[in-house]
Amino acid sequence: MIKVPFGPQHPALKEPENFTFEIDGDIVVAVKPRIGYNHRGIEKAFEQRTYIQNLYLAERICGICSDAHTTCYTQAVESLLGVEAPPRARYIRVIVAELERIHSHSLWLGIAAHEIGFDTLFFYYWRDREVVMDLLESISGNRVHYAMNTIGGVRRDISPEKVSMIKKGLDFLEERMKRYIEMMKTDQTVLKRTEGVGVLKRRDAIDLCAVGPTLRASGVKNDVRADDPYAAYDEIPFNVVTHDGGDVLSRILVRCEEILESIEITRYALDHMPEGMTRVRVPMAVPPGETVSRVEAPRGELIHYAKSNGTARPERYKVRSPTLGNIPALCKMLIGCHVADIPIILAGIDPCFACMDRMTFIDLRNGDEWVWTMQELRRRYRND
Amino acid sequence: MTKALSWARVKSPWLIHFNTGGCNGCDIELVAALTPRFDVERFGILLEGSPRHADILAVTGPVTLQVKDRLLRIYEQMPEPKYVVAIGTCAVSGAPFKDCYNVYGGVDKVLPVDVYIPGCPPKPEAIIDGIVKLIQKIKGEESRG
Repeated sequence: MIKVPFGPQHPALKEPENFTFEIDGDIVVAVKPRIGYNHRGIEKAFEQRTYIQNLYLAERICGICSDAHTTCYTQAVESLLGVEAPPRARYIRVIVAELERIHSHSLWLGIAAHEIGFDTLFFYYWRDREVVMDLLESISGNRVHYAMNTIGGVRRDISPEKVSMIKKGLDFLEERMKRYIEMMKTDQTVLKRTEGVGVLKRRDAIDLCAVGPTLRASGVKNDVRADDPYAAYDEIPFNVVTHDGGDVLSRILVRCEEILESIEITRYALDHMPEGMTRVRVPMAVPPGETVSRVEAPRGELIHYAKSNGTARPERYKVRSPTLGNIPALCKMLIGCHVADIPIILAGIDPCFACMDRMTFIDLRNGDEWVWTMQELRRRYRND
Repeated sequence: MTKALSWARVKSPWLIHFNTGGCNGCDIELVAALTPRFDVERFGILLEGSPRHADILAVTGPVTLQVKDRLLRIYEQMPEPKYVVAIGTCAVSGAPFKDCYNVYGGVDKVLPVDVYIPGCPPKPEAIIDGIVKLIQKIKGEESRG
């Protein structure tokens, strides 16, 4: 039995996290996650700031799904206030949310390609991702933190010129994505590394409360946008993409097809966006009460809880991010896998952390201890 | 020999990236800077996984209490001479997490920083500009020393 600590520093991406794997030969038999390297104390900070200041703090919980967090936050505060965003604002929220999903999924597809050693594909995905980043920048003025949502609506309108520009960008992305799906389904390099790897059965996915694309790749039709529609999702027709494989390949295909679905949703929303104002004025003080708000972030179901005591600051604020919901399922799918498959399975849930740089191998039989970097591990298993 | 080394160093500054509790925004922009649109490899910059191979430590995030020891360990593992770049407003000053109970509030509270790149998050162009400024700084040091 060998113990393998994983992380908390990873060269390519994202936040620090640590996993300890117990390994028998080349097979993982137990996984112990250790989270908290990224704990900043945001929930406490929420209590010390006003509702308007918290808008900017909510955005900075995560840089990839920043719009999902502000949507969730504004929905919670709006429901405490008893106001509703005007119809045009709700459509704009959908448009930004779906563009964000496209950018987040293509980012993840690039990372997945990188983890299976297919760096050319990684660069292709990221090159095309710049198209959607440009669209988001032209709508909101920023590439990452859009600051589009505000309590009672959105802060910027989408002009007719921008509508035609967005449509042009979407046409390009759709054509590229169709080609990638075809490639992912037939390319031996991708299939060999992802088919039947990191399997999460339907029953386990439900029992362990997996969320988002990880859950949908195990064949469970669950999507907050369809089950509990928010913003303008109740007026927009779309399909919930599912795959039955439960392996990494299914997770890739679910996300690829969700990008196509998002493109359709954005087109529909652009065509059917009602005229009118984009925000309503709201009072500064929030009446006492508590509320829960749910949003389908790119990674899955995001839950915000807010409790107000009638002042300008919330009394308690709680965030449950989708990655946390996926960790028990992740531990389950890692058991029984090969050491070489750890990176792609870890990346498979699209974690908002990914740290797999340094590994210490301890051979308990003779007490030897050695450290491998992720590079050395990749080299060993990929011969590059 | 030293001359040849410093000449090589200026031509190929290798980066190591470490997130100390940021929101990921700066991290994806740093990775975006490596991809075809921005392509920092034309300056010889390469993102390196191991601290032992790196010249520049690119830090994002406000430095949480739990991550501080790791950050110091990575810094200590890097060979001399080494440089630190603070990317994003969190790494520069800790804002907007400045008053949070679990953060130090800025990389310069724990490590000496050579270049600050403010922005929330800084665009890839800004990150490239900051690193090119650092390269000029290294050049200046070398011509003096």
